[in-house]
Amino acid sequence: MNGKDYTKMWEGLGLNIENHAGLLGVLTNAYKDIYLSQNNRPAAMEYFDFVISEVHGLRIEEIIAAKEAGRKVVGTFCVYVPEEIVLAADGLCIGLCAGAEVGSEEAEKFIPRNTCALIKAFMGFKLSGLCPYVETTDLIVGETTCDGKKKAYESFNEITKKVYVMEIPHMKTDEDKKLWLSEVKRFKDRIEGLSGKKLTVDALKKGASVANEKRKALQRLSRLRAADPAPISGLDALLVNQVSFYDDPLRFTSMTHKLCDELSDRASKGTGVADKGAPRILISGSPMAIPNWKLHAIIEGSGAVVVGEESCIGERNHRDLVDESFSSVDDAMEKISSRYLGIDCACFTPNTERLDNIKALVERLGADGVIHYSLQFCTPYMMESYKVEKAVTEVPFMRIETDYSMEDFGQLKTRVEAFIEMIQ
Amino acid sequence: MGRSLGIDIGSRFIKAVLLEGEELIDIQQVETSFDPLDRCKRLLEETAADRVVATGYGRHLLEVHTDIKTITEIKAFAKGARAMFPLCRTIIDVGGQDIKVISLDEGGKVRKFEMNDKCAAGTGKFVEIMARVLGYSIGDFGLVPLKTGPELQISSMCTVFAESEVISLIARGAEREDIALALHRSVTNRVLSMARRVPIEEDVVFAGGCARNGLLRKLLEAGIGKNVSVAERPEITGALGAALYQITG
Repeated sequence: MNGKDYTKMWEGLGLNIENHAGLLGVLTNAYKDIYLSQNNRPAAMEYFDFVISEVHGLRIEEIIAAKEAGRKVVGTFCVYVPEEIVLAADGLCIGLCAGAEVGSEEAEKFIPRNTCALIKAFMGFKLSGLCPYVETTDLIVGETTCDGKKKAYESFNEITKKVYVMEIPHMKTDEDKKLWLSEVKRFKDRIEGLSGKKLTVDALKKGASVANEKRKALQRLSRLRAADPAPISGLDALLVNQVSFYDDPLRFTSMTHKLCDELSDRASKGTGVADKGAPRILISGSPMAIPNWKLHAIIEGSGAVVVGEESCIGERNHRDLVDESFSSVDDAMEKISSRYLGIDCACFTPNTERLDNIKALVERLGADGVIHYSLQFCTPYMMESYKVEKAVTEVPFMRIETDYSMEDFGQLKTRVEAFIEMIQ
Repeated sequence: MGRSLGIDIGSRFIKAVLLEGEELIDIQQVETSFDPLDRCKRLLEETAADRVVATGYGRHLLEVHTDIKTITEIKAFAKGARAMFPLCRTIIDVGGQDIKVISLDEGGKVRKFEMNDKCAAGTGKFVEIMARVLGYSIGDFGLVPLKTGPELQISSMCTVFAESEVISLIARGAEREDIALALHRSVTNRVLSMARRVPIEEDVVFAGGCARNGLLRKLLEAGIGKNVSVAERPEITGALGAALYQITG
């Protein structure tokens, strides 16, 4: 916190002030314990520390100011929502709060107890008045990735009255491509209606370029993590990926490049956050929404370093660029839709490209082991973990199923430590 | 060579093994209680060892309060089981709060392991609670005969639900021995479902305190289809492995 009092702003958004103060207190302490206690952090992480300290403050103030200037805010929960279309309409695209065990009891009035932690959290955050982002949105975009989210959006719409759902096909045949293209067009129409702006080729090019530049910065970060010793901790790199979902994209891109400049310097000098030869772990599986730092904290607290996240908050978000060489709006829709259908989410069948991508990542990042991370009740990733286990033949593999609670911390620590002992 | 102490701080008991060189000179076992740190400190004072390695669920307690080295129980069990059975390739441990199945390569290195997720189903604590519900001492529980013929089923693996299932079986007039057998079968099935995910190669060693339960051993042998070895003091496997870790690395 920079000491500024945002109470009035939060009251204006209808947050539960008392509980919200409690949440920020927990978050601040967790951040201090997990992040600020790390050794040899890159100096450029200072910006991201600041962003976190203002996660519900300054950034919300910026968003509200943007709204007052007539810009629209679109909330999302998935990397399939075409960000470039929102950006083309001069809108703000924000990933909503879903990474902490919050408001479960409230959420369980709408959804079953055995729902994955991420879904429970986005319901819980809203219902308990703890997410300022959701309150600033003009539109919330859902998608039909998994059954849990698909059905939860029905309830979420009853509560918020502003959910728009995109139909994501679950195969990648020509018919599915047609369906998805029409969904992308329908989304463009919806965004045009919301913003009152007709999207031109130039506007779409600008949107695509801003989104691509952000992805390129994240790709650069991912490539730099291949250095041994790792120039940045997995915790910090995860944080940068998490922040990419709600920060201003231009500023984020420039700050991430600044960080990468420092990491590149470290790599050339052979310095880093862990000793050369420290065990290197690739995480693969379900997304880790902010502030879910549990598994990274356990792994890096046990002497290993996380070198990559094969995840929606990670590689799946930035691996593919959109082809910017379109010459008409229709062409833009084609190119945007094909970029998104390349994403290897576990909701697709078959999804063999994900296995190839994991193998390539293990090689590129020099990983010594793969830990498959599934949120409990996240069926698509739980199912695929068995295929990943078979595909990862070069290095040891371990499967973990967990949620946001801390009750299995001891057991997880034992398993992770034993896995690291096995690698060493 | 001096004295090496291995301490295994489990969820139910703290086990300690003292070695002089590689020779075992003392074994101690105390309940973990609500103050395991105090128990450990007393053990440390009494044994006056030159080197100490801690393992088990509570190992980090010692790491935080002292400069004692720690290893996981996976590694400790691998070392300990190998010391007791030099040809051991597979270890099964039904611990107080988790089940472990560990696969070793020919040299004794951990190759793969499985552990249950956050749940007490089928763990040693489950066995203990169920013995109590049926009025058995923990020592007698494993003496229940392995009968053939029609079987009772305990379908729930959750400790809480299994207990109510047992109570309704009692209320229906089922034989105590039959219920006890069914409970052992349900624990065995839980272990076997994990064991199927690692290669089960001989020698198979059943380690940890629950290995004293002869019925579990017989059911595991039948389920795996291989001979299952049990040491004279299976509960010290982890502590022995920790003590040896100082010497052999």
